[in-house]
Amino acid sequence: MKKYKDQGKVDTRSGFGAGLVEAGRKDSRVVAMTADLKGSLKMDAFAAEFPDRFIQCGIAEANMVGVAAGLAITGKVPFIGSFAEFVTGRVYDQLRQEVAYGHTNVKIASSHAGITLGEDGATHQTMEDIALMRALPGMAVVVPCDYNQTKNATVAAAEWDGPVYLRFGRPSVPNFTEPDAPFEIGKVYVMNEGKDVSIITCGHLVWEALQAAEVLEAEGISAEVLNVATVKPLDEAAVVASLKKTGCAVVAEEHNAFGGLGEAVASVVAAKLPTPLEFVNGEDKFGQSGTPAELMKAWGFDASHLAEAAKKAIGRK
Amino acid sequence: MANPQELSRIASQVRRDIVRMVTTAKSGHPGGSLGITDVMTALYFNEMKHDPKTWTRDAKGQDAFIISAGHLAPVYYSVLARAGYFDPKELGTLRKFGSLLQGHPCVTDHLPGVFQSSGSLGQGLSCAAGIALGKKLDGAPERVYCLLGDGESEEGQIWEAGMWAAHHKLDNLIAFTDWNGQQIDGPVEAVGGVGDLRDKWTAFGWDVIEAEGHDFESILKAFELAHAADGKPKMILFHTEMGHGVDFMAGTHKWHGKAPSPEQCEEAMKQLEETLGDY
Repeated sequence: MKKYKDQGKVDTRSGFGAGLVEAGRKDSRVVAMTADLKGSLKMDAFAAEFPDRFIQCGIAEANMVGVAAGLAITGKVPFIGSFAEFVTGRVYDQLRQEVAYGHTNVKIASSHAGITLGEDGATHQTMEDIALMRALPGMAVVVPCDYNQTKNATVAAAEWDGPVYLRFGRPSVPNFTEPDAPFEIGKVYVMNEGKDVSIITCGHLVWEALQAAEVLEAEGISAEVLNVATVKPLDEAAVVASLKKTGCAVVAEEHNAFGGLGEAVASVVAAKLPTPLEFVNGEDKFGQSGTPAELMKAWGFDASHLAEAAKKAIGRK
Repeated sequence: MANPQELSRIASQVRRDIVRMVTTAKSGHPGGSLGITDVMTALYFNEMKHDPKTWTRDAKGQDAFIISAGHLAPVYYSVLARAGYFDPKELGTLRKFGSLLQGHPCVTDHLPGVFQSSGSLGQGLSCAAGIALGKKLDGAPERVYCLLGDGESEEGQIWEAGMWAAHHKLDNLIAFTDWNGQQIDGPVEAVGGVGDLRDKWTAFGWDVIEAEGHDFESILKAFELAHAADGKPKMILFHTEMGHGVDFMAGTHKWHGKAPSPEQCEEAMKQLEETLGDY
C-alpha cells in the first residue's frame, strides 16, 4: 500500500492563494475579487503583484457575483472569494442567473467550508454548499484535498472553460500530494489500491481516509482510497471500477447528508452496480463552535471512525 | 442620428409588435414594455454605438446594454429585431416551446444582441457595472446601459451596485429607471415605497438626470447629458406611463402582466400606426 508523508500542516486556502498568483501570471485575464475577506482568502500576494486586477467589493456578495459576471462577459476570468456560506447560500439566485444560466466564466473561491471553520460556529459553517452548487446546471464542483492540490486545482479552474465551484478550508491540514502533480478537473485520483473496501471521499478527509487505510491494513484489511477531487462532473467510471474490485464502500464528506458526494456516488452505484455503501457525513444538523480537531472527532470524520465504517461496509457484503 | 419624428414612427411599430406578441403568447408583460418603448427606441436607434452585423457578446468595440427588469422582454425583443439583430418574424414565437425568445431574456441559445440572462430582479445593475469596469480595465471607450424598474428598485442589490459603481467612479455606466409608479400589486408607493429616487441616487454618489419618457427631445437630451466624463455613474429617471400608447392599457398596473384578448389587440392596433410592416 502506498504510504503518504505529511510534508507539514498548512491551510488549503493558502494553496488557493498561491495558485491564484500562478494563474494570474499565466493568464492576464484572471482577476481576483472578494467581499472584504482579502486576508482570509489569502489574496494578498495576488493583490500585491496585480493591483489593477484585484477588485475589492466590500461586504456586498450579491453585487460581487453580478460584477464578476459582467467582467466575465468582457473576457476576464474572475475568481470571487468569500466564506463558503456567503459565496453560495447567500447568493444562490445570483449564481443561478448571472453565472450558471448566464453562462459566464466565473470561478467561485469558497473558503472556510464545513464545520472545521471551527470556533465561529454554525452561522459560518456551511454543510450544504456542495448540494447547492451541484444542483446548478453546468457548474463544476471541485474539492481538493491539501495545499498542493488546492494550488494546482486553482490553476486548473482558471483554465477550465465555464463556472467552477472551488471548495477549500481554514484549518491547517496535512500536505501530502506532490507539489507539481498534474490536476485535471473531472478525474478521480486513486490514492491507494485495495481489494476489500473503497473509501470514497474528498477534501481534507482524504488524509483521514489514508490513515484509516493504514489502520485497516494492520488488521489485514485492504482498503482502496479514492480522492474525488471533482464531485461534479463525477468520474463515474472510476467509482464503478473501484467498486467492481472491492464490492463495498464508505463515502465520507465534510457536508451534510443531502446532495453532496454521498448522494452523487449513491446515484451512480444504484444505477450501475448496486453495492453496499456506508455514509459518513454531517447528517441533518448544524455545526457548533469548537476546535477543528474536536469537531472532526465529534462528527466522526477522523480516521478511526472511517475505519469502523469500512468494516461495517465489509460486513454487509 | 435619428430625429424625433423618425423615432416616433419606429416606436409605433414597436408598440404594435409588443401588443401582438403578448396577445399571441397569451401571457407576458405588455404594460411596462409599452411604457418604456420610446426610451428603448431612442436607445437602440440613436443613442447606443452598436452594429448588429459585428455584434459579439463581449461587447468589443460596441456599447453594451443590460435589461435588469427582464420582464420587459417584449420591448427588448422588438427593438432588437427592428434594429437588425434577428428576423422580426421570430417575434411571433415569444414564449413558445423551442423559441429563442424565452419569457425572460436568456443567453443559452445565443440570441443575438442579448448580453446576459435576466428575470430575477435586482441583479442587472451589478452585471452592467462589471462590464463597465471591464471596459475601463481594457481602456475601452464604450458605454454600458442598464434598464431598471422603479418597483425593482425595492431590491437591496440595486443599492449595493449603486454604492459600488460610484466607489469605482464608473462614469461609463448609464443606468435608467422606468419610473412609471406601478408594480404588479399596485402603485409603487402603496406596495414598496421606493420614495424619492432623485434624492436616493444623488445620495449614492450618482449624477441624476430627470426626463420625460414619452418626449423624444427630452429623452435624447437626457442621454446626451449622461455622457459627462466626470467620474460618476449616471442615473436617468424617466417619467413614463405604464401601457402608454394604448388608451385602455395606459396608467394602470392592471396590464403589468396580462395578455390582451384578440379583440383587445385589434382595438389597440387601431390606435398604433403600422410604420415598418408587421412581422
